[in-house]
Amino acid sequence: MEQGLLRFITAGSVDDGKSTLIGRLLYDSKTIFEDQLESIEQASTQRGTDGADLSLLTDGLRAEREQGITIDVAYRYFATPKRKFIIADAPGHIQYTRNMVTGASTADLAIILIDARAGLLEQTHRHSFISHLLGIKHMVVCVNKMDLVEWDEGRYNEIVDTYRSFSSRLDIPDIRFIPISALQGDNVVDRSERMDWYDGPTLLNHLEHVHVAADRNLQDCRFPVQYVIRPQTDADRDFRGYAGRVAGGVFKVGDEVVALPSGLSTTVTSIAIGDKKVDMAFPPQSVVMTLGDDIDLSRGDMLVRENNQPNSSQDLDARICWLSEQPMRPGTRFELHHTSREAKAVVKEVVYKLDINTLHRIEDDLEIGMNDIARVRIRTAAPILVDDYRRNRATGSFILVDPGTRLTVAAGVIYT
Amino acid sequence: MSDYNMSHLDELEAEGIYVMREVAAQFERPAILFSGGKDSICVTHLARKAFAPARIPMPLVHIDTGHNFPETMQFRDDLVAELGVQLIVGSVQELIDRGEVTEEKGFNASRNRIQTPTLINTIEQHQFDACCGGARRDEEKARAKERFFSHRDDFSQWDPKNQRPELWDLYNGKHQPGEHFRVFPLNNWTELDIWNYILRENIAIPSLYFAHEREVVRRDGQILAHSEYLNLRPDEKVEKLQVRFRTLGDLTITGAVESDADTLEKIIGEVAAARKTERGGRMDDKRSQSAMEDRKKEGYF
Ligand SMILES: Nc1nc2c(ncn2[C@@H]2O[C@H](COP(=O)(O)OP(=O)(O)OP(=O)(O)O)[C@@H](O)[C@H]2O)c(=O)[nH]1
Ligand SMILES: [Mg+2]
Repeated sequence: MEQGLLRFITAGSVDDGKSTLIGRLLYDSKTIFEDQLESIEQASTQRGTDGADLSLLTDGLRAEREQGITIDVAYRYFATPKRKFIIADAPGHIQYTRNMVTGASTADLAIILIDARAGLLEQTHRHSFISHLLGIKHMVVCVNKMDLVEWDEGRYNEIVDTYRSFSSRLDIPDIRFIPISALQGDNVVDRSERMDWYDGPTLLNHLEHVHVAADRNLQDCRFPVQYVIRPQTDADRDFRGYAGRVAGGVFKVGDEVVALPSGLSTTVTSIAIGDKKVDMAFPPQSVVMTLGDDIDLSRGDMLVRENNQPNSSQDLDARICWLSEQPMRPGTRFELHHTSREAKAVVKEVVYKLDINTLHRIEDDLEIGMNDIARVRIRTAAPILVDDYRRNRATGSFILVDPGTRLTVAAGVIYT
Repeated sequence: MSDYNMSHLDELEAEGIYVMREVAAQFERPAILFSGGKDSICVTHLARKAFAPARIPMPLVHIDTGHNFPETMQFRDDLVAELGVQLIVGSVQELIDRGEVTEEKGFNASRNRIQTPTLINTIEQHQFDACCGGARRDEEKARAKERFFSHRDDFSQWDPKNQRPELWDLYNGKHQPGEHFRVFPLNNWTELDIWNYILRENIAIPSLYFAHEREVVRRDGQILAHSEYLNLRPDEKVEKLQVRFRTLGDLTITGAVESDADTLEKIIGEVAAARKTERGGRMDDKRSQSAMEDRKKEGYF
């Protein structure tokens, strides 16, 4: 069966071998170009490495090469005859967790690497939890550097057991374990001859075949208006189109729809992609709709169906991951960005903070600093139109922007 | 369910259109950086689709090195006329004449580097707060790190060690006065995607991309177009070859490949089988391991 595009991220603690693994995957699947290989061979020789250091395929920044670590996510594109892939190679270092969050927010699957010698570390926990928080339903735990533990099955099982007991508290429907050596290529693309006790698939084989249920919601019609198109040309002076990306459900020409927040009803009179008319629109298509009535509708508003509406609320129950180096100051006003809408917002209450190693709730120290994950209650200045993140990623997610620095300081998901 | 399937190209297109609309909605003075190459032609095509039936609500900006392929200039002017959009030209020659930049000398001299101050100058002069470009993550290792909305400080510099987080498709275009964003709607496209899209959408591209006979010079394993701007070394000779270009940049640095691909189908076949990246033919990237990163930090495209 033909499988669609798979977007995945590599995660795990610093130096566990994520970048080396990606390099190995690209190298052994013969998807590296000659000039790229020449270039990393040359760089490796200059640095006195034996052979080509495959991590240099994604660690492309000068500072990354100097320090031998990944700083920001690198995206790589490759295809095998079976599937197309978009890889995000994330940094393991705690300081760059926000870059990992960036990569994870668009991934369907996470590969968590664990150094067989070191076992689970704090960043292993953090990255696993963030992947879960962001709704990644498929996980592959690669126990790496098996060459350094003499390909020992006992050590592998020990790590698998520890991870299982940690992850039993997260609901991740699909977890799989593979013993590998990213450096030497065992069980990455080619089956290892040194771990005959393992009889599961190689990593690539698994990635090619894993069935990822499309993350799209085709039930609940949601069309956040992104931009209003009003041509100033004579031919189309009366045209008024509402442009946006369908965030949920299927809209058809002729459908009765309700505009929120106004609550006014109207019908969809046309749907177009560019100048091509279509009969219907579904996620994640970018379309333009025209409506039967001249109603007040602009960016930030939403078209939905009468009998299936999102929650309209000024009080949000959310999980946030704090991304800023500056700790959160209680009572600070933020701009909350949700779909195409912006609203002033304030964090009313920190309910608890998460102990990332034990997954216990911390309720006595509620100061939120960089990389903390917390459950909070947020109050917005105007109602926003939300769904539960687990039901709809597009209408269940938001970011907080600091109105002074204008930086994105938190990523949030809404549970209703 | 199968009624609701989208092809890979459909998904990339939907993403690109979404990004272009976000730019128009979030910024006051956005622009499209138009080089005349296939990638910026695709960005322009996405913009056309994003705002139809209205005109593209932002100008095209061309940074003119003065060392252009004549075909590219003709193509640019025709496209601008067809779209009815404004064209803004930032001229490298003008900056040289005003003494604001110094031209490189020697056999490998190119105006690539001084495009950057010209671009920055143009951005400042017109106070652009967002510039959409055709760069793709698969092109080069520093570009592999790019965001969709890539922040530039008030010196137009990129700080790759401290990029803003970018969550889902909630692009945060907020910035301080004087700062701007570079926006990359084609981030997730590969070279092959671009060609397949050009074929599917029947997009016009300059004839230089198709195989043609041309006077060229071989230099350091590259094939460069012969022109009045290329300084010949004593031992170099001009020959005629059947070539095409995989990227279009400045005349003096864009390497050609020997090819007889004179249709889009043949080009796609060639690209699919290629063993070298498209930028493998560009002298500007070959100058050092981090040539692209260094130029990007300074404000290059
Ligand atoms: N012996 C052995 N060494 C490995 C293996 N995989 C990676 N390494 C080494 O571990 C070191 C770190 O590898 P990287 O791939 O840079 O690690 P990373 O997880 O990408 O690190 P960050 O991105 O900085 O978090 C390098 O020296 C690798 O050569 C392996 O399977 N066996
Ligand atoms: Mg790495």
